Amino acid sequence: MKARVNGEDRELADGATVATVLDLLGAPASGVAVALDGEVVPRAVWASTPVREGAAVEVLTAVQGG
Amino acid sequence: MDDPLVIANREFGSRLIMGTGGAANLSVLERALVASGTELTTVAMRRLDAAGGGVLDLLRRLGIDVLPNTAGCRGAAEAVLTARLAREALGTDWVKLEVVADEQTLLPDPVELLDAAERLVDDGFTVLPYTNDDPVLARRLEDVGCAAVMPLGSPIGTGLGIRNPHNIELIVARASVPVVLDAGVGTASDAALAMELGCSAVLLATAVTRAQDPPRMAAAMRAAVDGGRLARLAGRIPQRFWAHASSPAPDA
Repeated sequence: MKARVNGEDRELADGATVATVLDLLGAPASGVAVALDGEVVPRAVWASTPVREGAAVEVLTAVQGG
Repeated sequence: MDDPLVIANREFGSRLIMGTGGAANLSVLERALVASGTELTTVAMRRLDAAGGGVLDLLRRLGIDVLPNTAGCRGAAEAVLTARLAREALGTDWVKLEVVADEQTLLPDPVELLDAAERLVDDGFTVLPYTNDDPVLARRLEDVGCAAVMPLGSPIGTGLGIRNPHNIELIVARASVPVVLDAGVGTASDAALAMELGCSAVLLATAVTRAQDPPRMAAAMRAAVDGGRLARLAGRIPQRFWAHASSPAPDA
């Protein structure tokens, strides 16, 4: 199945979760946050939150700015 | 800390809040941050694959608190989501709220800003809004529960200084939360003026990070903020039209 991860179409295995997507991106253990279809997904439920076909996942971190 | 900056019951020894944007690399940024003496520094939230990683590790190592911003957001909904993501990622409920109207001026959109501020305060955030130098809007932001108001001196990154000092004084005169001059500072005298006008702190980035010698300019800003604060507390002499001799009159 396909989902849109940080603006790019990605092929994900069936049953993929938010945690799967973070592994795919090589996300660090801290300092990141995830929005699934425009809603924040708390860290505590990353592993239990499924990413469905066509979902939009945004993975953000802090960069230099402001 | 005999004259601390207090925002939402948190005390800071430094009245200079730095931004991390615009530095050529992390090494220059590190030296500038250390020279500035800052205790609170802004970061932006961007997609994980974007360039610019490593700033969090740097701030952690330097013991500088992080203040996430919502830079780049054009509407209240987008800014609220970005603030919530920052809270989740960084474990802080403080946010520098930025909702800009267009890319050319980067001026705050007052309608969206006030809406976002109210929603974030209701959601438990400590909201520090980047706002226009509009005394009415500053009051409205305070009324909805913002912990400080941060009026611009002039548009972001212009270095044009404080274009309407009287408006900044009006904001200060009526505010019961700290006023932080945010944006437009070009050089040390601008930062000193902000403090002389009664601002509680100055927030700047570009003036330091894009100076020819960022660490030296950071030291200049630190001294200017301290000097301006002292002058404000000392109470300046009134301005007068005609000369007023400071030596005794000549003997007759």
